[in-house]
Amino acid sequence: MTDTASRTLQSSHQWSSPEARRRVKRRYGADRRLQLYGIGAIGLSILLLGVLFSSLLFTGYVAFYTTKVALEIPLDPSKIDKEKPGDANYRGIAKDAFLALFPEVTSRADQRSLVKIMSSGAPYILRDYVLANPDKIGSTVTVKIPLSDPFDQLNKGVIPRYIDALGVDRISLFRQLQERDVVKVVDGRVFVTADVYVDPAKLQDGAVSTADSQLMANEALRSFFPKQSSLAYLEILADDAAESLSKRIADEPQLVGKTVSHLLPVSPRYADLETKGEAKIVNPRFSSEQEFAWFDALKKRGLISTPFTWELFFNADSRYPELAGLAGALSGSFYALLVCFLLSFPIGIAAAVYLEEFAPKNKWTDLIEVNINNLAAVPSVVFGLLGLAVFINAFGLPRSAPLVGGMVLSLMTLPTIIVATRAALKGVPPSIREAALGVGASKHQVMLHHVIPLALPGILTGTIIGLAQALGETAPLLLIGMNAFIPSIENMGLTQPAMALPTQIFSWADSPERGFVSRTSAAIIVLLGFLVMMNIVAVYLRRKFERKW
Amino acid sequence: MEHQVVADAKPVTVPELTPTIVARGVDVFYAEKQAIFDVDIEIPRNAITSFIGPSGCGKSTFLRCINRMNDTIPICRVTGEILLDGQDIYDPDLDVVELRARVGMVFQKPNPFPKSIYENIAYGPRIHGLTRSKKELDELVEACLEKAGLLKEVHDRMDEPGTGLSGGQQQRLCIARAIATQPEVILMDEPCSALDPIATAKVEELMDELKSNYTIIIVTHSMQQAARVSQRTAFFHLGKLVEYGDTRQIFTNPNDKRTQDYITGRFG
Repeated sequence: MTDTASRTLQSSHQWSSPEARRRVKRRYGADRRLQLYGIGAIGLSILLLGVLFSSLLFTGYVAFYTTKVALEIPLDPSKIDKEKPGDANYRGIAKDAFLALFPEVTSRADQRSLVKIMSSGAPYILRDYVLANPDKIGSTVTVKIPLSDPFDQLNKGVIPRYIDALGVDRISLFRQLQERDVVKVVDGRVFVTADVYVDPAKLQDGAVSTADSQLMANEALRSFFPKQSSLAYLEILADDAAESLSKRIADEPQLVGKTVSHLLPVSPRYADLETKGEAKIVNPRFSSEQEFAWFDALKKRGLISTPFTWELFFNADSRYPELAGLAGALSGSFYALLVCFLLSFPIGIAAAVYLEEFAPKNKWTDLIEVNINNLAAVPSVVFGLLGLAVFINAFGLPRSAPLVGGMVLSLMTLPTIIVATRAALKGVPPSIREAALGVGASKHQVMLHHVIPLALPGILTGTIIGLAQALGETAPLLLIGMNAFIPSIENMGLTQPAMALPTQIFSWADSPERGFVSRTSAAIIVLLGFLVMMNIVAVYLRRKFERKW
Repeated sequence: MEHQVVADAKPVTVPELTPTIVARGVDVFYAEKQAIFDVDIEIPRNAITSFIGPSGCGKSTFLRCINRMNDTIPICRVTGEILLDGQDIYDPDLDVVELRARVGMVFQKPNPFPKSIYENIAYGPRIHGLTRSKKELDELVEACLEKAGLLKEVHDRMDEPGTGLSGGQQQRLCIARAIATQPEVILMDEPCSALDPIATAKVEELMDELKSNYTIIIVTHSMQQAARVSQRTAFFHLGKLVEYGDTRQIFTNPNDKRTQDYITGRFG
């Protein structure tokens, strides 16, 4: 024992030997690498976060302004009853006012497509305006009416006027023909020169049916694409290709049984590809080019403006993206969070205080503890199912209501609050408890006067983080139906059907209209804004209540 | 206020140096492990008694039995009898909160509440309802600070946090807080171990002044301190009370070999 000790202690280690130096170098290298991994990981997460935020901002910012047309509307007292201003035919009034901008448009069909430039919500906007300003009846007012979604998006440059008529694969088929030099332009029309075998078997009474010549033309075209299994190339032929072949065979009967070179006409889109180099069609979201002309005319007259989209915050949901707003979702989320807070904050603190300070340490409390920690990891959709089964089916609470939403969310928030509160209570130094006990404070006085106030910053932070999680929770709200389509903000309450922010995002993301893409991003920005605000509040509260001891 | 009636009634009949605290056959267990073995001790009134002994000898544990601070440790079990003015403090009918008001405590590390200086002292009297008006409370707070020799230093910053004071001031604040509930006994658990020598001297001076009104029990690792401040000294070793007597006698002429070894620095 003594020998070993003295031997190791009197080590003749050479601190400057090459091995030792190598070891030092390796150690420094390992230190540096560890740091680099950390920096790399942080850099990567910042990059991904940056990509997320920039893509959100890039798609979302257009939703924060709306394209509107300034419409001069005569509020004719003969059409609007001063006694009952809500009942007038605002659809007609708005339509007439808009048509008055283009007196030269007279046909019914044209007028119909012209009015489509204006948002379908125009009558309601006009009605609300008149109800708010009844004294304006009798005068002519200028009201800014949003444009319908396609024109809004067009003005923002989100969607183009024309789109490619042909896919890349179709274009490449045609390019193959061009490379073989068989595409010819004759008298302004584009043809493909193909070798057609005039099959005598297909002739009846010396004439050929259109269907048969179509088959012959197809066969001829196929020879250019021997390896193509898809028949997409057949689109290249114009509708009258077969007809032209039939005609030629009828004119020249001697061709029967021979292979003849024939100019097969090419369909217009492919012809554009030859003559213009590209094939474009009007974006199918618009009905005709005429609409562009009207829109350009409005712009030229200076009637189009793009004010801030207050509607995003003050309107309820709508099927029309230019009118859809978050007011319903915000109020739904507010009520749900209120219920969630009122339930989970006191219950969570009470549970945590009992478990941490009063509960005897035995296997039952251990079991409860483990389960509370596990609850925090239960998928939220399970809580949604629970809410559906218990709160709605068993208790008979109303469906889609923020009350139930808040109750379900509080199930998810409770474990977070309990765990955070217990951690905060544990963090209060025992010396404070001893001090209070030492002057004769009873257990509840120690808790209420000393421990809980000191733990409060931690409790509040945990609560706010729990609420922030609840604010962003979607799945349980979907299960209890808090994705109701509520196009009005008049009936908002704890037990009224409602929407919440995340479910609103979910439902907008599901909608086909182009305007909902940016609306979705904007809603996400709003949601993230609230989360950031809640976190700032948490940090502020922590700073404010934090005390040194 | 009830306990005051008891406290006021007795001192008249109890002469000086009669015991306030009498312990008989005290055993303390932490779960299965016994920490204190059969301690018998009588602690005199209005004097300073010091508990000395090596680390882990049970002196702090025994001290904390006297105001039942050990109750807060679930696995801790106390048997035997501890009498305060003839009353068994482990009597189930006795209110432990009242006991702790009567037996104040000062801890090793200064632990003022993270509240103002005023609140630190006013807290105890307030929860026990010792004063009837704000004015009375103000006077009590000032009197306690005065007694703790802190009033001059803090009278113009009573609203500032108690945690902002220096370590020595904090410890004196804790003493002021302890005497604010008008206790008969003050327990001090190594009150100077976290303080510098100057602050230590001040606290010792304060203890000397307080002993005319209070029974003080101090646990200390510093034998010089025990010799300087206390009249009686108890030496604990391995959970047993080895020797208890006049401080002078313990330090000059100990009866037990172990006491002698300890005070001469041979172990501990």
